[in-house]
Amino acid sequence: RDFNERCAQCSEVNWGLTDGGGFYCKSCHNVTERTREVVNTDFVANSRVQRISKGLKKQEKNDGSCEWYICEGFQLVLKKQVEALEALGVCPQMKDEILCNFWRCYLQKTKQAYCKRPAGETVKALSVCESSTDVDSDPERPSLLHLLSLSESEGDLQTDCSFASSLSKVSESTSVYSGSVDGSLYLMKSQKEKLRMTMPMTLSFCYMALLWVREPITLSELLRFVVEGHIPYFNIFQHFPEKMKLCGLDLKIFCVESWPVYEEVFNKMHELAAFLDLPRFPDITESCFLHPDMLCMKYLMEANLPDELHNWTCRVVKKIGIGEVDFLTLTPGNKSTRKVKYDVLAAAVIVVVLKLLFLLDDHYEWLLSEFAEERNKNNTEGSPYFEFKKWYEVVKHSMDVEQKKLDEEKAKYLWRCEKPLFYSVKNKSKVLKRRQMVVNLQNQFGKLSDSVQRAEKPNPSSFQLSWSEENTDGSCFHGHSLKGILQEKCGFLRAMNPDYWLCTVKLCNEKLCGHLAHYREAEFPQSYHFVLGLFSFLLRIQPSYIHDDVCMIEHKLFNKKLYTKLKYNTVLRK
Amino acid sequence: SSNEHKLNFKKSKETCLSYIQDALLQKQWKRAAEFLTCYIESLEKDYSREHIGPSEMIWRIGTEILWHHSQSSIKEFNCFMEQMKTLGVKRYLKVCLEHVFHLLCNGQIDEAYQNLSLAESWRFGEQTAIQDKEMKLIQAYRGLLDYCSWSKQKNILLEHGEDGFSDLAVEQEMHSYFRKAAVNLKEIIKIPGVWDIFVKCYVDLLEFYGDHNEAHQVLNEYAYNSKFPANPNAHVYLYQFLKRQGESKKSLISALKILHDIVPSHELMIDFNTMLQKSKKRKKRRLGLEVIFAALDYAGWKENAKAWSCLARQMKQIVISEKHLDWIKQEWNSRKDWWPAFHFSRYLAKRNWQENKSLSYEKALVAGILLGKDCKYFKYISHQGCKAQLKRFRMLKKFVNRHSPVYLRISG
Repeated sequence: RDFNERCAQCSEVNWGLTDGGGFYCKSCHNVTERTREVVNTDFVANSRVQRISKGLKKQEKNDGSCEWYICEGFQLVLKKQVEALEALGVCPQMKDEILCNFWRCYLQKTKQAYCKRPAGETVKALSVCESSTDVDSDPERPSLLHLLSLSESEGDLQTDCSFASSLSKVSESTSVYSGSVDGSLYLMKSQKEKLRMTMPMTLSFCYMALLWVREPITLSELLRFVVEGHIPYFNIFQHFPEKMKLCGLDLKIFCVESWPVYEEVFNKMHELAAFLDLPRFPDITESCFLHPDMLCMKYLMEANLPDELHNWTCRVVKKIGIGEVDFLTLTPGNKSTRKVKYDVLAAAVIVVVLKLLFLLDDHYEWLLSEFAEERNKNNTEGSPYFEFKKWYEVVKHSMDVEQKKLDEEKAKYLWRCEKPLFYSVKNKSKVLKRRQMVVNLQNQFGKLSDSVQRAEKPNPSSFQLSWSEENTDGSCFHGHSLKGILQEKCGFLRAMNPDYWLCTVKLCNEKLCGHLAHYREAEFPQSYHFVLGLFSFLLRIQPSYIHDDVCMIEHKLFNKKLYTKLKYNTVLRK
Repeated sequence: SSNEHKLNFKKSKETCLSYIQDALLQKQWKRAAEFLTCYIESLEKDYSREHIGPSEMIWRIGTEILWHHSQSSIKEFNCFMEQMKTLGVKRYLKVCLEHVFHLLCNGQIDEAYQNLSLAESWRFGEQTAIQDKEMKLIQAYRGLLDYCSWSKQKNILLEHGEDGFSDLAVEQEMHSYFRKAAVNLKEIIKIPGVWDIFVKCYVDLLEFYGDHNEAHQVLNEYAYNSKFPANPNAHVYLYQFLKRQGESKKSLISALKILHDIVPSHELMIDFNTMLQKSKKRKKRRLGLEVIFAALDYAGWKENAKAWSCLARQMKQIVISEKHLDWIKQEWNSRKDWWPAFHFSRYLAKRNWQENKSLSYEKALVAGILLGKDCKYFKYISHQGCKAQLKRFRMLKKFVNRHSPVYLRISG
């Protein structure tokens, strides 16, 4: 539009833009050498980003494949993931406005696109492998094995070695290192960069966007949906269009064979937020799902605990200020505030409340339970007294059943899909034969199996354990009353339990040793371990992380007492 | 409960294998199949680092499941085996062989033979040389099946012979099977190993065609070549052959010598002792005593009346001759601490008397000599025997009483 020269051939001023970024005359189709310089002050486009924004209309090669870059691949992944989230009920703005912008910002900051000189463009991409002598004679080219080792994804040594050795025998000039244009380049330069894009990082992006929009999905839920197959992550290449051929080193980048880890995704998200220079996230207020008051309610329900406990969680939250907007809202780059794991925090609050009311020292809670049992014998009207023992038995039983199911699911987890992966075109037939055999064997033994193989994934649900008040067997404790363990004083309800034990007297430095405290099962009461285990199961996270937040909360809660104690000690010494 | 919330390919497959293992041990074939179905994708990641890779796992586990599962047919089994043969070229012949074993167990001799022939014709570069041992086994088993066919033909021929008919065709077929079998069987038994069935069949063939020298040679090699693992059966076969050939007692005795060394409790020890007892050579008679005492050290021989009668006979003979009482003393020395409780308790006396009078007679004689007339076993038996007015027990009592000083000399 800004180009006003006359066409050399037909003297018209009627220009259009080619895919390569060049100008062509619309009247006579004469292509010029000039490329458009974008006047847009925000972003400076290059040919790569044009492709991204336009979609996948590319120069097609002879075999129906096209050139594609790694970042385009990740863009596609993110697109598919956010579409899946949309299908789960997330608002559509997340895709078009939030995630898209995060991604563009990332590309710009990592100089992969939207900038003057994208890094690596001058370096020759190692996508073409000519005769074997070329490979040997060029000392600057990193060996293929070296490249393969750079990727974090685990493979097996034999496949890597056979791939590397098969390549050295190639004499034709075919793109065998990777299907993408810059696969090898990507792996090579990425060693120095901390925020090189990886598959787990796509989940960090998703979580970041979810947090921005304050959607009611916690990180633990997100990861659970991924593992259950509701969000594309494993075998993501199934969603790539036919034209985008994935092979060789691409597999190292895009193929994951391990479950995403909460800590990893969480930490990366924060790094990313800081890296992208994002401003303070939208406020997490009391009406937000991620607010501890809300999450506590959800988890109390899921843990089959009395609704009455919710008053207590709110009280604790209020007392120590973890419900404050400034505490909960993420400000990237602010190193003084502790990064909040909303799900873990809420679970920890419940644990603290249970400790406050029941002590959980392997004695008191059972004592209280006996009292409640006595009272329940005589009490037939109204809501029953909450009996810890009964609750323990019911919940433990369910947990054991679910844990056993989960363990079996882990053993039966399928990592591959119908579409096979090729390292190189050379071993394509071998791979296909293998795949065929795998399918045959799976059919043969599948028919001999016990259960009916479920064809459909179960619907994603927010609750893993559910309890119904309609059950007459009394296995639902939501409506049970805490009156047996509370006493009224001056118009306030207090716990009958006068004691409390701290998980730890002194907190560790999280930055140094990674945890605020160190959890060892043998050092704590069984009841405490059980309760931690319950939430550990629900959140799919190690109990030690919940323990950390419990310690943090306790220290805030008993801050004064701890302080006074210290002062007192020093006075004594004098 | 598992606190580990991480999972990767390798870990999940390891866990899967342990579930399969549990199911197999509990014979839950359906459950094993269910988990195996999930394990199968490991084939696409062949871990050659590991000692046993996925393809071998699947072969072995799949074989077990298909063999035992109620809904699995032999057709499915065979189809599976064919797939397994293509999976690992380094294992090809092994898989073939095991497949053949299964077919044989299922009574499918012809199919087994076909598979063996097919496997025999397999060639695959340097693998052929590497899998030489398996190839020899395959040839050996084919030889074995040829032997079976030979045997069948031989029986037909013998039947016809009785009827007076001679069937040339059958005879010729029989000979051709013989040639095929002999060639392969001969080969395998050259290699050090335990080849009982091959040896037996080969010897059978040789004997039929009158090649006794070769047969003898083969059996000698099998028994005495130090490269071969110690195998009691080898000596048994040799002994039986020599007996059939009517060889001298001397060679029979020498054949059983090593058997006594390896398996003192072997049932042939009775024959051995019987031969030795009758020998003119003192050393042999001495050995005989040693042999029979050694056999009776074993619990399985406690109630073997024949064995006791051998011992009793020899001891009686020694006592009467009053020569070589020191032999008995020597043998008794290491046994006097435990044989009384082991063989001659009062409880056993009662039981033996109730169940087997001959046994108790022989044992009583031995006890009387070794432990004297006052030992509880002898006393009980002789009392019972005399009460029942059985002549031989009266004789027994007299005999022991007469020779009671002997006991003193033995025990002293």
